[in-house]
This record gives sequence, C-alpha cells and structure tokens, in this order.
Amino acid sequence: MNGIHDMGGMHGMGPIEVREDERPFHAEWEGRAWGLLRAVGPFGPTRRRNFRYEHEVLPPAQYLQMQYYERFIKLLVDRLMAAKLLTQAELDSGRADPGSATFTPRVTPANIAEQLARRRSLRRDDVRIRPRYRVGQHVRARNLNPVGHTRLPRYVRGHRGTIVADHGVFDFQDTDAEGYTLPDRPQHVYTVGFTARELWGDAANARDTVHAELWEDYLERA
Amino acid sequence: MANAPDKPVGRRKFLSNAAAGAAGLVATPQIASAAQADRQAQDQGHQIVPSDVALRVKALESILVEKGMIDPATIDAVIETYESKIGPRNGARVVARAWVDPAYRKRLLTDGTAAIAELGYGGSQGEHMVVVENTPAVHNLVVCTLCSCYPWPVLGLPPTWYKSAPYRSRAVIDPRGVLREFGVTLADEVQVRVWDSTAEIRYLVLPERPAGTEGLTEEQLAALVTRDAMVGVARVSGPRGGAA
Repeated sequence: MNGIHDMGGMHGMGPIEVREDERPFHAEWEGRAWGLLRAVGPFGPTRRRNFRYEHEVLPPAQYLQMQYYERFIKLLVDRLMAAKLLTQAELDSGRADPGSATFTPRVTPANIAEQLARRRSLRRDDVRIRPRYRVGQHVRARNLNPVGHTRLPRYVRGHRGTIVADHGVFDFQDTDAEGYTLPDRPQHVYTVGFTARELWGDAANARDTVHAELWEDYLERA
Repeated sequence: MANAPDKPVGRRKFLSNAAAGAAGLVATPQIASAAQADRQAQDQGHQIVPSDVALRVKALESILVEKGMIDPATIDAVIETYESKIGPRNGARVVARAWVDPAYRKRLLTDGTAAIAELGYGGSQGEHMVVVENTPAVHNLVVCTLCSCYPWPVLGLPPTWYKSAPYRSRAVIDPRGVLREFGVTLADEVQVRVWDSTAEIRYLVLPERPAGTEGLTEEQLAALVTRDAMVGVARVSGPRGGAA
C-alpha cells in the first residue's frame, strides 16, 4: 500500500538524532516491551495477517507519533483482543478476569534461547525456477500500486536499474487487501542497482547508487 | 540498563498505575512519543517519571502473567540476551577478523552468512547476510526505508535513529547529507552505495581499517569498531582518534 511507512525520498521529517549509545534499550519499559513480544509466542488462528502490514495500516499520524516498541505493543494488544485472549475489562482494571480465556505459553525460560537463535528463512531452496533475469541485465521496476503489503518501494517504481545479484528463490511476501499473504508464489529475488540520477534527477551525484532487493514480479525488461 | 529507577511499589499503587496505564492502551496517540518525553526529562536533568507507555507495558505484563500466558523469567531472559549476547560487539569481532585475516575477509565478502557463522553468529534476521566493503573510493550505507530490517545477530537491535522517519526518508535521496549529519564528509569522487533492505537480505558494512593500527591485536581492533560504522554512518577512528 502507498502508506506513510514507505517513506524513502520524503522530505520534512526533521534532523536525525545521531547521538545514541550502543545499549539496546534506553528505558526499562523498552526492554520489558521487547521481552513481552518475544515471550508471548504464537497464539490465535494459524492464518495470520502480515505483521508488517498491521503496522502499515495504522493511521499515518499515529504511525509517526508512536515510538517503535509502543507500536509493537499496541498491535500485540489488538491481536490479543481479536483472539479474545484479552478483554477491555482486563485492560481497564489491570487485572485478569476470573475465567477469561488464556493459553499456556509455548515460549518458556527453558526454550527462549533456542527461540531467539532460530533461523526463519523465507528462501525456498526446494523450489527450482529458472531466473528470468541475469546479473548485469537492465530491468525496470514496474509501476505497481497494490493496496496490500508490498516490498516494492514507491521511489523505485518506473525506474530503470541493473541486476546486481540473484539471491535465489524466496516466498513472495505481498498480501491481499486484508493483509493475508497471497497464494504460494515463490520466485527469484534480485538486488537491483539504480543510479541516484535515475531516481532523483540530475542534482544527484553522478557516481552514487541505491540498491533495493526486489522480487521478480516487481520487474520487467528494460 | 534502565534510566528509570525501578523501586518496588506497593501492590495497591501498582494496580492503580496499571489501571490508568491500561486504559491508555487503546486511547488516541499522545502528542509526543514516550521516547521524546524520556529524553526531555533526561536533558533537563530530572529524575525520570515513568511515562504513560511504560505504565501500559507494565499493566499488560501484569495481566498476562496473572493469566499464565507469559512467564516474566522469559522476558528477563530476552532482555539479558540482547544486553549481553546479541549486539554490535559480535559484528565488531567479524570486522576485526576480516582486517587481520585476508582469507577470512575474502570469504566474508563472498558468502557473508557462512563467514559470520564461522565466528558463531547467526539466526533470526541474519539468515541471509551480505557484507559490503568500504574503500577509499566507495562508501556504503544501509537503510530499511519500509520498516526497520537490521542484522540482529551481528548488530543487535537497531538504534532509534535507524527506525526513525528522518533516517529512513533521507538515506536514499540524500545519503551525503545524512552522512554529514553524522559527521562524515565525503569527497564528490567517493561513490556512495545505499543498500535498502527491502527483502530478506541483511547488510553489514565492513569499514576501512584506520591508519596507525598495525600493532594492534584483533581484540584491540574489535574495540575500535562501532555500531554506527557497521551501518555505514561513521568511520572507524584509530586508537588516538585518527580516522581512516
């Protein structure tokens, strides 16, 4: 979707806060929030909406105002409520309702280390598909404007680039308008290099390049 | 690790906080983010007052623990992991090894995932690693314009600025301006290569080894390498502060 999250190339977002030490959390609640997210583990229906899409459909003002971990917590609460594992009454009182729905956590102190270390690759080494493009070939990012989740950023659409690398076959991540992943469509993912001038015009440095990783469906011959 | 003092509070007090916080969980967004409020409080030298979002998180944890849906010890273990095991010191060891071992450097640039695994790092958000090398002629910069994709096994969780709108919006259109903001000025002749992590590849920048470090051990070199240098927004300074 053409949402506020797709912000590559936008102006007016202000200065970058460049001074930040290397601690992962800068307030206790950030660590508790992140730990909570990882500790809850899977719950609810097995067919889940794309988590990134759930961020993307937040109202733009809210998306921009919320702190990163705050956004995750809000979405976790929404999911728990949708799964009827948390009620408004519980949130209002700060206490569990006797007899309210619950589940036994699958993530425990005993297996959390293994959970955090687990690889979750979307690469489909089991699928053999001939790549449509080869390294060095010119391609154009298609002018697509899907309403669901997509990994084709607006700033590359319609622009001509060069295949820099072929990373093999990966599951396609685009979703339908409700945020559910589209039917199985594994395909090659390429790194495509664009010149800064192709993307931003003649004011850009003639040497500079911008690379994006793009699924084959996003590309056409150029 | 926390800025906020975490004094034990009485149950009654906690629950009233929890309730107030919980009610806010579904409320409309505040004007300023909690992080901003925390920073303002820090800047003014005040003791940090727990922000609204902190109370909401505490309330949620309290409810889920009471319902048996999470074990607080699991949360403690997650925090401990990201504070002491998964962070930019891992990436710094990878970089230092590449600086002292040309064969390793070659493997790292050819197959980042495998070479990083040689040092014992891998897993979630590091499944498909590509390492890009800074040279006198090329400077690399990593961003995720769409969200916050970042190579956790080698760099840990991303800093706030990496996830923020100012960095995500400008890194692709004005990388040289972004770099200047971080204190790095590049000559026009140096090529800037920006890598937008739009799919499943995660990037690590191999910074230039600073001059005057010939006598240092691998461990001493690793201590010089910063998170920011491995994202591409800083250079690595030598032991006496001399840049590469």
